Amino acid sequence: MSAALTTDLETTPFPHGAIVTAAHGAHDRAQLRPATWPRPDPHAARLLWIDPGADRFEHALVGGLPGLVAPGDLLVVNDAATIPASLLARTANGAPIEVRLAGVIPEMHGSKDDGASRGSWLGEADFARTHGSGDRGAAPGRAPGADGTSGGQATEKSHFTEENRAWAAVTFGEGDWRVRTEDRPAPPVLRSGERLAFEGGLTARIEQVSDLSPRLVTLRFDLEGAALWDALYRAGRPVQYSYLDGSVALWHVQTRYASVPMAVEPASAGLALTWDLITVLRRRGVQLARITQAAGLSSTGDPAIDAALPLPERFEIPQATVRAIDKAKSEGGRVVAIGTTVVRALEGCAALHGGRLVPGRGTTGLRIGHGHRLLIVDGLLTGIHEPGTSHYEMLRAFAPEALLDRAHAEASKVGYLGHEFGDTCLILGSR
Amino acid sequence: MKIKGTGAVVTGASRGLGAALARALAREGARVVLVARGADALGEVVGGIRSEGGEAHAIAADIGDKEAIHRIAGVAAAVAGPIDILVNGAATLGALPMPLLLDTECEDLERVLEENLVGPFRLTKVLLASMVLRGEGVVINVTSDASVVPYPRWGAYGLSKAGLEQMTRIWAAEIEGTGARIVSVDPGEMDTRMHADAVPDADRAALADPADAAHAIIDLIRRIETVTNGARVDLAAEVSAIRATVRA
Repeated sequence: MSAALTTDLETTPFPHGAIVTAAHGAHDRAQLRPATWPRPDPHAARLLWIDPGADRFEHALVGGLPGLVAPGDLLVVNDAATIPASLLARTANGAPIEVRLAGVIPEMHGSKDDGASRGSWLGEADFARTHGSGDRGAAPGRAPGADGTSGGQATEKSHFTEENRAWAAVTFGEGDWRVRTEDRPAPPVLRSGERLAFEGGLTARIEQVSDLSPRLVTLRFDLEGAALWDALYRAGRPVQYSYLDGSVALWHVQTRYASVPMAVEPASAGLALTWDLITVLRRRGVQLARITQAAGLSSTGDPAIDAALPLPERFEIPQATVRAIDKAKSEGGRVVAIGTTVVRALEGCAALHGGRLVPGRGTTGLRIGHGHRLLIVDGLLTGIHEPGTSHYEMLRAFAPEALLDRAHAEASKVGYLGHEFGDTCLILGSR
Repeated sequence: MKIKGTGAVVTGASRGLGAALARALAREGARVVLVARGADALGEVVGGIRSEGGEAHAIAADIGDKEAIHRIAGVAAAVAGPIDILVNGAATLGALPMPLLLDTECEDLERVLEENLVGPFRLTKVLLASMVLRGEGVVINVTSDASVVPYPRWGAYGLSKAGLEQMTRIWAAEIEGTGARIVSVDPGEMDTRMHADAVPDADRAALADPADAAHAIIDLIRRIETVTNGARVDLAAEVSAIRATVRA
């Protein structure tokens, strides 16, 4: 790398402020405030460093990340670009609705028209049939750690996104992101076969309505290939929530290395990584590898759907990443996931292949929580999550609950910000 | 660099060098995404490539439109996979007939810079970043000797190309060692509509065929590992040699 990129990030691990060692045992239940707009300087975001081995946490800044990882460590990012997945539409009767795409339906067990694999998104029975034993349904209350992973490697063909596949989508009544999802009116009853008309002339047909919720549907657009994607980008807006101050643009929700559009919400831990920071990390001997994972909707306001989140998500793990992980581990380095989607892809793949990583494509509905034995990932950089969410549950696989609770209470108390544009948490031991 | 199986984006692909290069890349087995303002002209080129058995996709977009950049990058990667080759070929001359710089309207200069410099900056910023992450890929910025020779009346265009070349050098310095590459390429004078717009009374017989220039650029991409990153590559001699071979 060019010497011209030398910055203050190199001179000290905490360029924007000193480490503050937090008082342990703070149990203030202050509410976590949301970040309401993207931060102009991601390095200045706060970073809550949780060290499970030492049973302690410290306050740092994102710009100090290079001082918290060690030479030989490997950071794995999710390079999925974020699709403008919120689309305004009208039903056949002219009723206005909002459609939020949740992801392309994985079709890994046969032909495109295999009803079982379509159904895997839609209801408990189908999910169980597609994904294995009957106690693994996508139902509310599915135990964390249940293995909902499926290998699509063998029959996935062509590129992920070029075929005209069915999409899972969540529908809302009239309105937009400014109203809390929980308070949004329900859409009119939608039926299989009904047609939807989107802005710009794009149309689609509802193929199936879920038995999980009448708001969860599969639909197939009437265009395909570049014409379909072009129409989606013209008609769609990024999915966003009511805590934001204004409408975000696509560039606000892309990581700085985004490539193939597969995510319907940003893999937001990566929003903290500037190329400046990546350059400094690389110069310290910290390597970078990538996976692509179709990050799904984080919340819908529909209790039945929300209890089933995350829905099964597709991923691709390149050969080079498998090699980089093997090399890092064999040389004593640690694998640090940049975001929960990376954990799900890597651990989901390993769960499918007897603990080994296999390059290629697959689908995972793996839920990771307390007691889950992590096979690949040693550390996690993620947002500040509220207890009770599936993201927070995942943290419990990385650190003891009491430590997480103390850290979260302190973070809320001292004003850390939550959600996709908020502050950051690193769970990783010290070296 | 191996071209077969890569995803390639070519801007300015509805005519001239861009169209020739899109055809040539498709013949080499790349999945080519063609970008230009005019959907009809673009559709003809895409149809021609497909009729030869090549893979081509069209995106109608103005490279000078900020709102179009993530649409171009997203649609391209969705249909062609990660983009390994970006050719920034789209460019405008500005006002016609080309005015002296002292007569150039400020707004016309801004428009030329938006199309020829800021647009390529925006698209390259998105696509080069993913190349750097993957450790492979090449960006080709099409330039002209108007970037270095102070031809009267070529002010707005020449300024934009000079800026594009310096942007290329700076980017190359910043990504050195990552495996991703970026160069500027001067194909020399070609028999294109742009050239006819700029120099209406030119002797067309003396001008190169854009298809020959496209072949020279394909050769350059094949040997890109041997080219200094950030270099300004003058291909006029190679294009003439290809022309001589074709005529022989």
